[in-house]
Amino acid sequence: MTEDDLDRNRRHFLTVATAVTGVVGVTAAAVPFISSLKPSARAQALGAPVEVPIGSLEPGEMIRVLWRGKLVFVLRRTEEMLSRLAANMENLRDPDSAEVEQQPDYAANDTRSVRPEYLIVEGSCTHLGCAPLEDFDVRPAESWGGGFFCPCHGSKFDLAGRVFKGVPAPTNLRVPPHRFVRDDLILIGQDSGAA
Amino acid sequence: MARIEAEVGKSKGGFMKWIDDRFPFTETMRYHVTEYYASKNFNFWYVFGVLAFVVLFIQLFTGIFLTMNYKPSAAEAFSSVEYIMRDVEWGWLIRYMHSTGSSFFFIVVYLHMFRAMLYGSYKKPRELIWIIGMLIFIVLMAEAFAGYLLPWGQMSYWGAQVIISLFGSIPWVGDALVEIIRGDYSISDITLNRFFALHVIALPLALIGLIFVHIVALHEVGSNNPDGIEIKNNKGADGVPLDGVAFHPYHTSKDLVAIIIFLIIFCSVVFFAPDMGGYFLEHANFEPANLTATPEHIAPVWYFTPFYAILRAVPDKLWGFILFGLSVVIPLFLPWLDRSRVKSIRYRGWIYKSALSMFVVTFLVLGWLGTMPADPLYVLAARVFSVIYFAFFILMPYYTTIDKTKPVPDRVVYHG
Repeated sequence: MTEDDLDRNRRHFLTVATAVTGVVGVTAAAVPFISSLKPSARAQALGAPVEVPIGSLEPGEMIRVLWRGKLVFVLRRTEEMLSRLAANMENLRDPDSAEVEQQPDYAANDTRSVRPEYLIVEGSCTHLGCAPLEDFDVRPAESWGGGFFCPCHGSKFDLAGRVFKGVPAPTNLRVPPHRFVRDDLILIGQDSGAA
Repeated sequence: MARIEAEVGKSKGGFMKWIDDRFPFTETMRYHVTEYYASKNFNFWYVFGVLAFVVLFIQLFTGIFLTMNYKPSAAEAFSSVEYIMRDVEWGWLIRYMHSTGSSFFFIVVYLHMFRAMLYGSYKKPRELIWIIGMLIFIVLMAEAFAGYLLPWGQMSYWGAQVIISLFGSIPWVGDALVEIIRGDYSISDITLNRFFALHVIALPLALIGLIFVHIVALHEVGSNNPDGIEIKNNKGADGVPLDGVAFHPYHTSKDLVAIIIFLIIFCSVVFFAPDMGGYFLEHANFEPANLTATPEHIAPVWYFTPFYAILRAVPDKLWGFILFGLSVVIPLFLPWLDRSRVKSIRYRGWIYKSALSMFVVTFLVLGWLGTMPADPLYVLAARVFSVIYFAFFILMPYYTTIDKTKPVPDRVVYHG
């Protein structure tokens, strides 16, 4: 074939058609591989809600449970603890729980809970995911009314999991979806829309 | 004519001719080994490329033997490492070689990179060698990070937790990205399994591919030297650079001495201080991962600490991530940030010499700060040194322009 016989239109069409088909093929082939990286059906099943019996939880006591492999704190607050929540409001970054992603609507209140007595928050610092330590002792000299302290980078949270100003954690501790099945049993991971 | 040229680099007869007619063996050996001419004034700093090869070999070799006994599952990983240490014959040696090898990989690579900064090896025409080298460094960091999760100790788990959480700070896609990295809602068996896949196959393959390209690019332009002179500009009648000697046997015989000294030091660490006082193997990692309690003090392994100190110095989560990423990537731009007319530090003025010295001190201090707890004083120091770290790069176009340089000789010179 000489240069003169060359059908440039046809060659151009074939080039573009081949390239487009190739891109479509690669894109389609990428879908299963990327999807396989997402949590599998088993991981989702294991991420099912967990029931936590709280009948034997004394006031002032806290238990740690795992939901979806994540640490969750369940703290039964005393009247006295609840009364301290309003004391340090000006030092908190988000005292009114305005950050919508950090709690379901039913926990966007002064105590960040369904029932004021029970605080249920994820034990995962909102900075880089370390587990905060409980530090419930009141130390007026440091204007510390009790709360959580993250040993990794020094973030501090109050007894409602609200973050203090001037620490690396940007937001309050997250409240997982949960509901009270009975007075002595909570379900973490499911709220059927409302508590 | 073309026919004769095709015969160059082929054996005249015998078995090698049979091979060379089918595969360019002799030609390749000549091009890359026996007739690759590198400057004859190489010094101490020029052994670390070869040493990086040695460590790579140690890591691949010991790694293969470790995978024969290691179990990549959350339930069995920690105990399978203990099993290797106690029940597998010489398993402790193989594992300590591998864990010590990872630290030595970074020691050797950091010194190799520092050599390039001393003698301007990243400058034209070697920009691409430097960029490929930086990609190797980044893949090596990923490789080390993935490997560190595998023993499933406390520091494995919580270190991974902190670093993976970093990606969550990216706006919009952060949370979805973190879920794809982990493959679960938290770091779990699934995460461990995929990090194992990355550590033993995906990243090593990428590493070997990049190293191959690194060498091909190097042999195309030729090695730099402590004088920063292009030896190809002065060739003899035979077309061989006057200041060059063949890689083999001249450089290889010198490298052999370096390899032996290196192995003496390497073995001393493997046998007498495999944990290096908690720097090579962190003590918290001798406890199995506990999902409900973070260790009191979290620090990455020493080779990540300079960048970790920069991350911690920033009081904002997203900006911390951005500056952390930038601190790793910014050396990639050195070929264009450095405007000096000369390559080697031997012919640079006092400004660059001071800047580079200060950079070395800054890097070491940041590295030390990254191992310390986040006390206010340390955080303040980390902020100051982070600023110096970035200033070294950002101000470089200015201070390398005004710096007074000395005339560069035509031929390499010997110093002592």
